[in-house]
Amino acid sequence: MIPQAFDYHAPKTLAEAVGLLARFGDDAKALSGGQSLIPLMKLRFAGPAHLVDINGIPGLDYLQEEGSTLKIGALVRQAQLEQSPVVKAKFPLLADAVRMIADPQVRNRGTLAGNLAHGDPANDQPAVMLALGAQVVIAGSKGERTLPIDKFFIGTLTTALNAGELVKEILVPIPPANSGGAYYKIERRVGDFAIVAVGSQVTLDKSGNCQKVGIGLTNAGPTPIKATKAEAFLTGKAPSEANLTEAGRLAAEMSDPASDTRAPADYKKAMVQELTIRTLRTAVARAKGGAA
Amino acid sequence: MSSHKVTVTINGQKRSAEVEARMLLVHFIRDYLRLTGTHVGCDTTSCGACTVLLEGQAVKSCTLFAVQAEGKTLQTVEGLAQGTALHPLQEGFKEHHGLQCGFCTPGMLMSAAGLLSRNPRPSEEEIRWGIAGNLCRCTGYQNIVKAVQFASDKMAKGG
Repeated sequence: MIPQAFDYHAPKTLAEAVGLLARFGDDAKALSGGQSLIPLMKLRFAGPAHLVDINGIPGLDYLQEEGSTLKIGALVRQAQLEQSPVVKAKFPLLADAVRMIADPQVRNRGTLAGNLAHGDPANDQPAVMLALGAQVVIAGSKGERTLPIDKFFIGTLTTALNAGELVKEILVPIPPANSGGAYYKIERRVGDFAIVAVGSQVTLDKSGNCQKVGIGLTNAGPTPIKATKAEAFLTGKAPSEANLTEAGRLAAEMSDPASDTRAPADYKKAMVQELTIRTLRTAVARAKGGAA
Repeated sequence: MSSHKVTVTINGQKRSAEVEARMLLVHFIRDYLRLTGTHVGCDTTSCGACTVLLEGQAVKSCTLFAVQAEGKTLQTVEGLAQGTALHPLQEGFKEHHGLQCGFCTPGMLMSAAGLLSRNPRPSEEEIRWGIAGNLCRCTGYQNIVKAVQFASDKMAKGG
């Protein structure tokens, strides 16, 4: 399959990249890993007249802890996250999820920033970042702005990015002690998009109650969903089976899946409920285990 | 529509060609550089038959543009053997019957090569995860796993 013809640009600086994106507006797309964009272009669902390849911009592949934040640059590949000792030690939710994304070759190219900017509710990282409470740093020709991730997803394949902007970095708060997370994904076969998946992140207080709860849903509606009702219900409560079950029910209530070739909507809702309960259970166990 | 001169070092040789921006890397490799060991299977980022190493990392060459490889190092299945001496992975596939029709084999070999360069002594589970981006409809994967284990053992012994 041959994509529609386009002009290719390979800027050497971020300023040059956003300049090009601003100049071409809606006719341009930024290319990072390209593992979602290039397939769409080959299918001619996307046909940008200009492609701004940011892969040649030095200094965007950092993955570093700074104070209580993990900063993830726009060119950090999924494989880099998968192999990172920091991710393994402090972000079990992210570690669970990243190895379930597509396959090794795709993870060698695909980036976290691109995975978010694509705005696909079937992607795994949006739910993970919603559960972790990440922030997205957006660069444009007029400067930078920072947006909480729950304000980033507007519709299917639509994000808060304006024409001329790109995701420069993602800021993920490092969970305190007594935190844990988990990601469970139901898929037809390894590497496929999720039928549905759920990511949960929990911090326990000194008495063992849930101090902070984050729950993100993958492929459970037209956008990635932050299950705020379930989070609010569980916050301040004991992680008892009864409370986890109620949180699962509330998460399913917030989901809005469509029936498709993968599964009927009622099955997906039932699985959102069950996976919410299971991920919370694992997250709490990991929080108690001392590991983040 | 822009066109670009692309120069790559592929299997140790410097090669260049003028290509349209929209040319996929796999077509550049097969049609311009005439290295037809790299296959096009699904053309939808699923099957892995087009896998090559880009700067030592396994990638699906149907999901990259040739212009993105400008100035980069590539390795394809043609670059595995040293003269008439098979690469340990190729030997493993031969010894353990890691192929039947052979269509997936070039991609399978390159994924395995990428895996072993990062993790020279993978467990069986790590091998299975490592080749999860490559589909084989003949073997049932069992003998491919054995072939990769053979190569890992042989390379550890300095072979």
